[in-house]
Amino acid sequence: MTRSKVFALMATGLVSVACAGGESKRTPDSAAASPSPASATTGGADLTGAGATFPQPIYSKWFSDYAAKTGVKINYQSIGSGGGIRQIQEGTVDFGASDAPMTDDEMAKAKGGPIFHFPTVLGADVITYNVPGVTQSLQLTGDVVADIFLGKIKKWNDPRIAGLNQGVKLPATDILVVHRSDGSGTTYVFTDYLTAVSPAWASGPGKAKDVKWPVGLGGKGNEGVAGQIKQTPGTIGYVELAYANQNKLPVAKLKNAAGQYVSPTIASITAAAAGALEKLGPSTDYRVSIVNAPGADAYPISSFTWLLVYQRQQDSVKAKKLVDFLRWALTEGEGSVSALDYAPLPETVSKQLLEKLASIQAGTGS
Amino acid sequence: MSEAARPLVTTRRDDNGIATRIEGSAIGDSVYRWMTTGFALGIPILLLFIALEVGAAAWPALKAFGFGFLTSSEWDPPHNIFGAAPAIYGTIISSIIALMIATPLALGVAIFLSEFAPSWLRQPVAFLVDLLAAIPSVVYGLWGIFVLQPLLRDHVMPFLSGLPLIGQTALFEGPAYGPSMLSAGLILAIMVLPFISAVSREVLMAVPRSQREAALALGATKWEMIADAVVPYARSGIVGGIILGLGRALGETMAVTMLIGNVHKISASLFAPGYTMASLIANEFAEATGDLHLSALMAVGAVLFVVTLIVNGLARWLVWRVSRETQS
Repeated sequence: MTRSKVFALMATGLVSVACAGGESKRTPDSAAASPSPASATTGGADLTGAGATFPQPIYSKWFSDYAAKTGVKINYQSIGSGGGIRQIQEGTVDFGASDAPMTDDEMAKAKGGPIFHFPTVLGADVITYNVPGVTQSLQLTGDVVADIFLGKIKKWNDPRIAGLNQGVKLPATDILVVHRSDGSGTTYVFTDYLTAVSPAWASGPGKAKDVKWPVGLGGKGNEGVAGQIKQTPGTIGYVELAYANQNKLPVAKLKNAAGQYVSPTIASITAAAAGALEKLGPSTDYRVSIVNAPGADAYPISSFTWLLVYQRQQDSVKAKKLVDFLRWALTEGEGSVSALDYAPLPETVSKQLLEKLASIQAGTGS
Repeated sequence: MSEAARPLVTTRRDDNGIATRIEGSAIGDSVYRWMTTGFALGIPILLLFIALEVGAAAWPALKAFGFGFLTSSEWDPPHNIFGAAPAIYGTIISSIIALMIATPLALGVAIFLSEFAPSWLRQPVAFLVDLLAAIPSVVYGLWGIFVLQPLLRDHVMPFLSGLPLIGQTALFEGPAYGPSMLSAGLILAIMVLPFISAVSREVLMAVPRSQREAALALGATKWEMIADAVVPYARSGIVGGIILGLGRALGETMAVTMLIGNVHKISASLFAPGYTMASLIANEFAEATGDLHLSALMAVGAVLFVVTLIVNGLARWLVWRVSRETQS
């Protein structure tokens, strides 16, 4: 008897659970028992953010260093720049992160008002290749790279490549282009560069996180592109600097706007940011491209990566934590950047940004 | 009706012990009945919601491109032009290649294990074949990049294109780089093989002993017994296993993405790279911000959903027809 009653109770309990999805408003008890929405979104952390995968290694180092120092916990999910932009637009995270600046359209859709683009570190794309018999670093120019990726230059011993690399024995084999198949900030920066240096590219594929590639194969992620290049003779592609350094891939020197052939190094990337921002002045909103930047030492395929923060914060406690963290990142945080193959911001930029932190205000709402 | 039922309960209520038990189980019965009904209905309702949700999200893209979404090969996110034909084509072709290779192999394994293998060999071989299903697909993908593709590029592809007659056809045209429809189909074949062989093995083992003995009694050789008595008896189950494999091949994402080359082009050549619907969604969803781009990816999801439904429906029909033939 008791057993059957217990069973009946269990069963009704299960049924009510099963129905709860449809009639959640009728069960105030269970609603009260569930955690409040605010704590549900932060999941135990003081701040939550989501977005770009490219800066994830440095961000996680920053967040763990910062937590050790101040006890403020920051939870970051590297779901991709697109996801970061969507989540900050909806206001489901305290900050977003992106490798490409938000467009005016995307800015307009943000529910919490104007979004401040806060550059954190710099990265670069490098051109890597697998040409049998070539051991030295190839020299390339922007329009040659663009024409290779447009399929106009088809052979490795094309006079336009050979002319830039006197003394290098180039084979008469086909060039096979490898690009990213997944949408990525890496592709955005690369196509941004090709758009800046080649009118044919600008009017053709254009710049985006994923474009219509005229030729070549798609590899998923930096590892997919690099794997394909390592495995296949005659290939050329682009990957992030950090990835190329860690895997000791051959990289090309590129001719920059000043006419110099520059290798991708931390110094040459920082130089690109300094050169580009000198022209812009302190009133910039930092939604800027720094590809093909002026300056004799500037590496041409460099880019910022950004944290996306609402200028008007709803929660004053969180706003203070966020501003404190950003201040720490700009001062102490930048010191640990180059160990992970990112380039630190030029000093003039971090100084400007420290002043701009004051423009993040806490709203009176809550 | 209830009045007819009531005296039944009351008469039994005379006996105290039984009466309470019946009453209790009557409530339990109805609760249990409603609960299982709820569970059973829950799945179709969930499916309906998924279909509605995906359909609604896909609508802007379907409205913008219409039927052309299914037939155009243009996929250009920065200019907001989307056509999914290469991905649809690639999904279907790579799955067909996979089944064409995996089905005979898996059937051979299943027949060997159920009819020929000595019992000490049966368990270990069955276990190892089943183990193929336990390997994560990203591992298959890596193995494909580092082992399968160089092998295809350096040996298999030159051999295929050097074959007399068929080597000269459009099927084996063009440069052999490695990433291709062929390598995606091959990896899928390896991945679906354990599903087909496991189901077929179980079905073949379940064929009654009398069926075999009857064939042998009529003077059949072992081969004739298997071909004429055992396999036809198990046919509908084997078709079911193939369908299970096909379902897996249609939806497989990671390994295919790593091997197919991800190019929006329909090529007759198996050496050329292609795309699949699942790969397309996996590649682009995380970074898609444009409304139409997102909607187009949802539309690809909806098409994949419909293709899977059609394939499953066809398969059900096939199983039904085969089993009816076997009975008559």
